[in-house]
Parts: sequence; C-alpha cells; structure tokens
Amino acid sequence: MSSTLSKIEKRTAYTLLLPAVCLVFAIILFPIFANVWISFKEVGLKDIRIPEPRAKKIVKNIQDSNSELKIIYKLRNSSLIQDIREVKFSDKFPKNIEPVNLDKRCEFKSQKVKCFFGNWESGYRENFEIFVKDVNNNAINSKYIKSNKPDLNGKSNNILLTTDFTFKNFKNVFINNNFVELLMTTFYFTFFGTLGAILLGIFAAQLVNQKFYGRTFMRSILLFPYVGPVVALAYTWTLLLDPNSGTINSLLVNYGVIEKPINLLGQKYLIVNILGFELKLRLALTTVIFFEIWRYFPLAFLFILARLQAIPKDLYEAADVDGAGPFRKFFYITLPQITAILSILFMIRFIWNFNKFEDIFLLTGGASGTLTLPISVYQQGFAVSNIGMGSAVSIVIVLLLITFMIIYFKLIGKKANEI
Amino acid sequence: MKFKSLIITLLASSIFLTIIICIWKILATLQGLSFTNLKFNLNLLLSLGLVITCVFIGKKFNHKLKIFIISLLFTILYTFLNENSPMWFSVGIFLIILFFTNKLKKYDLKYLNQDFISEKIVFEFLSLFAIVFFALVILFPFYIMVVTSFKTQSALLMNPIDLSIDFSKNIFEIFKSYFVIFKTYDFGRYILTSSYVSVGTVLITLLFAIPAAYAVARLNFFGKTFLSTSILIIYMFPAIVLVIPLYTVFSQLGLRNSVEGLLIVYTATTLPVAIYMLQGYFKSIPKEIEEAGLIDGQNWFGIIIKIIIPLSLPAIASVSLYVFMIAWNEFLFSLMFLDNPKTFTLSRAINHLTGDAETPRQYLMAGSVVVTLPILLIFIYFEKYLVSGLTAGSVKG
Repeated sequence: MSSTLSKIEKRTAYTLLLPAVCLVFAIILFPIFANVWISFKEVGLKDIRIPEPRAKKIVKNIQDSNSELKIIYKLRNSSLIQDIREVKFSDKFPKNIEPVNLDKRCEFKSQKVKCFFGNWESGYRENFEIFVKDVNNNAINSKYIKSNKPDLNGKSNNILLTTDFTFKNFKNVFINNNFVELLMTTFYFTFFGTLGAILLGIFAAQLVNQKFYGRTFMRSILLFPYVGPVVALAYTWTLLLDPNSGTINSLLVNYGVIEKPINLLGQKYLIVNILGFELKLRLALTTVIFFEIWRYFPLAFLFILARLQAIPKDLYEAADVDGAGPFRKFFYITLPQITAILSILFMIRFIWNFNKFEDIFLLTGGASGTLTLPISVYQQGFAVSNIGMGSAVSIVIVLLLITFMIIYFKLIGKKANEI
Repeated sequence: MKFKSLIITLLASSIFLTIIICIWKILATLQGLSFTNLKFNLNLLLSLGLVITCVFIGKKFNHKLKIFIISLLFTILYTFLNENSPMWFSVGIFLIILFFTNKLKKYDLKYLNQDFISEKIVFEFLSLFAIVFFALVILFPFYIMVVTSFKTQSALLMNPIDLSIDFSKNIFEIFKSYFVIFKTYDFGRYILTSSYVSVGTVLITLLFAIPAAYAVARLNFFGKTFLSTSILIIYMFPAIVLVIPLYTVFSQLGLRNSVEGLLIVYTATTLPVAIYMLQGYFKSIPKEIEEAGLIDGQNWFGIIIKIIIPLSLPAIASVSLYVFMIAWNEFLFSLMFLDNPKTFTLSRAINHLTGDAETPRQYLMAGSVVVTLPILLIFIYFEKYLVSGLTAGSVKG
C-alpha cells in the first residue's frame, strides 16, 4: 500500500516538475553547454544565418498573344559564404496551362513543374525562364499565376553543426586581447563595487534602524535606485555627468571648485599630484563603480536592516547600564552580530557584480578603461561580430563563476542555511 | 568634561547647519538664482553664533517664542550678509533655521553635563546629516530626470544649471516632450508591449513555478536535494553567458524580433528564484490542512488549486511583483533580440532613442520618466510584498 502511494507521489512530483525543468534546461543549461561548443568554432555573426535558395517570380505578357506567358524566376543563394546542395524547385500551374520548351533540368507532371538545379555555390544567381501557354488558347489570368509561390529547398551545412574545431578563440582571448588588464578591470569593478555597496548599506541600515520622523518614507526612498529601470537611471546619470552641459560639472565650475569640466565617464585616467608623487586614478572606472554602488547598495541595506531588527534589544539595554556610548554599541554589539550576514552578502554580491553588464554598457559601453569580462562578451560577439570569441569569453566567465561558487559553498554554505 | 562636550556640540551642530544651508543654496542655484560663492566660512561663523545663543539662553524662555525670534533674527542677518536673493529663498533659510533651533531645544548647559554626551551629540547630528545625504543622493537624479523632461534642448545648452520650469507657458508647451514621444516616437505601442511582456512573464512563471515549487516543498522523489541546490546555482548564472547561444538558436528558429521569444527567455530566467521563494512559503503551510484535503478525496491538482494557492496568496503576490519588476526593467535580452521598432519594449525604445545623437535630451528624459514612473508607483503601493521578494531574490539567489 505504502509503496504504491510513494510511487504515485513520485510520478506526481515528476509531472509537476517537468515543465519547469524542461524550460530551464532549454533556456539556461543548454546555452551554457552550447557555449562550449561554439567557443571552439570559428563563427561570425553572418554565418549563423542558414543559406536558403530563393526565387522571385516575375510574370510577363507576350505581345500579340494573351494565351501565352513568360515567367522569369530570379533565383539566388541567399548566402554569400556557403553553398547549397541539391536544390529542388517546384511550381504549380492551373489546369490547361502547360509549359513550352521546358528546360532540360525540369519535368512537368500533374500540373507541376519540378526542377533539380543541383549545387549552387555561394552568391549564385540565375534568371530562370519558363514559357507557358493555355492548351485551349484561352486568355491566361496572369495575376493568378503570379500569386502561386514556388517551393524551393536544398541542403546546406549549418556551420554550427559541423565538426571543425579550433583553439583560435581561446588563444585570442588569453594572448592577443590584453587579458590581464581585462581581468584586473573586472576585479577592481567587482571588488570595490561590492565593498562600497555593503559599507553604504551598513550606514543606511543603521540609520533606518533608529526611530525618527518619516522613517518608513526613508526606507522606501532608499530602494528607489534598485527598483528603477536601469536604462532610465543610467541615462540620467550620463546626462548629469556630461562634461559640456551636465548639471554636476556646471555646478562645480559655477562655484569655482574646478576650472574646467571633467569628463567623468570618458576619461581613462585622472592624474593627481600628492606630495610630488603622480598618481594615476582610473577615472571612468571609478565613476562607473560609484554608479554601481549607488544602484545596488539598497540590496545590502535591505538585508542588513532585516538582521539589525532581529538583534535582541536587551543587549543594547545592558550596554546602556554599563555606560557605553553609541559608537561603542555599534562596534561591540552591532558589528559582531552582523559579520556573518556581511560575509554572505559580500560573496553573493561579488558574484552578481562580477556578471554586471547593463550598467557599464549603458554608461560607457566599455570605453575609456571600463571594459569588463561581460562587456567583452558583447563586444567580441556583436561589435566585432565574432560569435566564437564571444562564446570563449563566456566560458571564461562561467569557469570563474564556478570557482567563486565552490569557494562560497566551502566557506559559508553551511552558515547560509542557518541564517 | 563639560567644556569638551560644549565645544563638540557647537562644532557638530554648526557644521551641520552650514552644510544644510549650502545644500539649500545649491538647490536654489538650480532654480536660476545666480550664486557663485557658497561663503562657507561666513556661514559657519553665523551658525556658530546661532548655536551659542541657543545653548546659553537654554530653557530660560518660552521655547516657541524663542526659536521664532532667533530664527527671524538670523534669517535677516543672513540675507543681509549674503547676496541679494528672492523672498522664497529667505523663507527656505528661515524654515531650516527654525527646524534646527527646535532640534537644539534640549541642549542647555545642564544637559551637556551627562555622561557620553559628546558622543551622543555627534551621533545625533551624523544621523541627521545621513538622512539629508541619502535623500539627496538618491532623489537628485530622479529630480533631474523629471525636470529635464520639461525643458528644451536650447535652454539647457545655454544655461545648464537653470532647471526651473517656466509655468507661465501653457500646459501643452510644458508637457511638449511627452506629446512628442507619444506621437512621433510611438511610445504608446512600447508601453503596451512592455506591459504585455511583463504581465505575460508573471502569468507563465506562476503557471510553471507553483506546481514545481509544490513538488519540491512537499513530495518525496529521487533527486530532490540535488534539484533544490541546483535551483540556486542555476540562478547565479548570468544572462550574459546565455546570450550568444540563445541569439544564434533564436535567429535560426526565427524567434528573434518576437515578443514570444522574450516571454520564453524571461520566464526561464525568473523561474529558479520563483520556485525558490514559493517552496519556502509552501513548507510553512501546515501539512494537516492538506491531509484533510486528501481525506476529502482531493487529488494533487485539487490540493494545489483549492488549498495551497489560497493559503499562499501573499507569497504569490511578492513573487509576481518581483517577476514583474525584473521583466519590466530587463534590458540585455531586449537589446539583443529586438531590432524591429515594432516589437520594442520601453527599455529598448529608450536605448534606441540614444542611438540618434540628434535626439534632444528632454525626449530621452521624458521616455525615462515614462518607464520609471509605473514601476515606482507599483513599488510604493505594494512595498510590503515587493520588499520580501527583493530580499529573497537578490541575496539568497
């Protein structure tokens, strides 16, 4: 009895899970594996269109006779790169209409013209003509003839399905494209973005955890940067920081803080003189990191606030009795209580920031020293139109992510479940 | 002890007041007043004087009358010492000082004798400052977004810091950018597409996620622990590593440039977190209720429809809102998949506007307001639900 019940239970479970698992498999897991496949191939953006035989049908009347027609098919191979093999053609004609002097490659059977064109090389073009006439010498309705579309099909290699592999993409990723700088930029961005967001999150959470007038309102406002659409916010910031007529630069110039406007998003380095040492500051990258902090500190804030509110009040009351000031309370009670959550938060936000694409893409497009790994995927795949390279960079990202996840689960995976 | 805390009170509070006045001045500059000097030092001295007066008068006087007279006096002094300014600017200064002196109510010489008082005071003013800081840093870009959409390109280029809106123009002139983006740039269609995609994603996600979450939460089957850990791991994989294979496959299947293609991708990318959130809630529903349902002769389907869904409406609401937000704000896939303006979502349409360098910025900002406003309104109205969704979705996953 119980075994049949558990069987039913199992079957139900699999039925309930099947749709979701299939969808996730098709859209998330399959692409990750497909990336491996594509990354070993030399594929450009233009190669992924499958070549098709195409025909444009033009119907012409022949002078002095309305019972005869000339039909021109403009045939072509849609691809300029790949051949099509065994092209077959067929077109249907109404009753009583027959072709005259049919091409050798074709035959006429049960009101259908069927042709075997053989192989078309890339960029192939031909004007193929058929003359038709009505058997009973009646007038032919040329519009009707034109409305019949011919069928064409052929075999072609889908470049994605062939088995030619190459290491060229990986060689390019690691050797030719400043891989070290790319990796360093990504890590700078990720590390400082995460750290800043968490620090700001601690401040905000500590603030909202106090009682003051308008506290709930403040809590809502603090989440605005994350809730707002990234497109709108990124473009607003680009406008604000614009060197020519951006509000921030104009204000700074107006109050005499700076002499000339600074192109915060378009300048790679800012050279600062401190005690005779010339320091090169990555300006655009720093600006992007600040945007990142601005946009994602709400998440850190939310999580830290939830933890702060769970700290027992009597800890603070005891501290009051002992005569501890607010700063001591923070460092000796609050901070130890939230370190566990902070470490988890750091790891997870690190992984997420590592993958960030939209923010940098919309602010700088990866220019002026802000090229990170995700942006590089886009640039290689769609700006340089080299799909294989893009996939190779994706593979690098996936491998790094897996490393981070292993570290995460080794270090704090168990703790995460306790909290 | 007393002396030290007195000094700290004076410094902390007067610096705070000065900064607030400077911020007010900067904001006023954006309304077209031509200040070119913050006069920080002068204002600091003024503030110091104000604080000293307040502390030494202490509680010897009727409080309301005291703060009113002091604020009025200092406002007049301030206006006299600074550049010419219109009435509304001085009123702002007056209100700031009124608020500030009210804050200083409890600070008299007696109060400053307590233990740890200097730390407390610094902490208090830091908090006040933090409130102003966070509010300003967060709201300023939103303010700029709205205000810019009411200006014209030429006015902005002539004087980029004058963001005042000219209310003497008629309504049509003020809202011109909005009329233009709806008429010329076809934003009405994009709003419809975006709503269709977002609502569709929510519905399909729920349809797939509720049964799956129920199976994970309640039923025993082979591979359950594996499945529940892999849900989280899958959620960690970013869209950018999926984009190239999906692009190639969708191109070959003809799913690019179609709203259906977007729906499929959005649903798949939000499913893991939806399942994760829902199963957590389903586990908290007492098993006895379902067992009662089983005895009544319900099958699994009936249990989900009649018991689980009605009991977990709050969780379903937060999942729906979270998924809606993700789908509404999504940019990467809409950038990759949509080339045809007929299928654009709002985000993609705004990105398309910037493709043309000639597009005046007020149109861009009007478009931004159009895409931001609905999601912020939904957020404010359903904050409770969305916040729990955000917490689970962003950090656990």
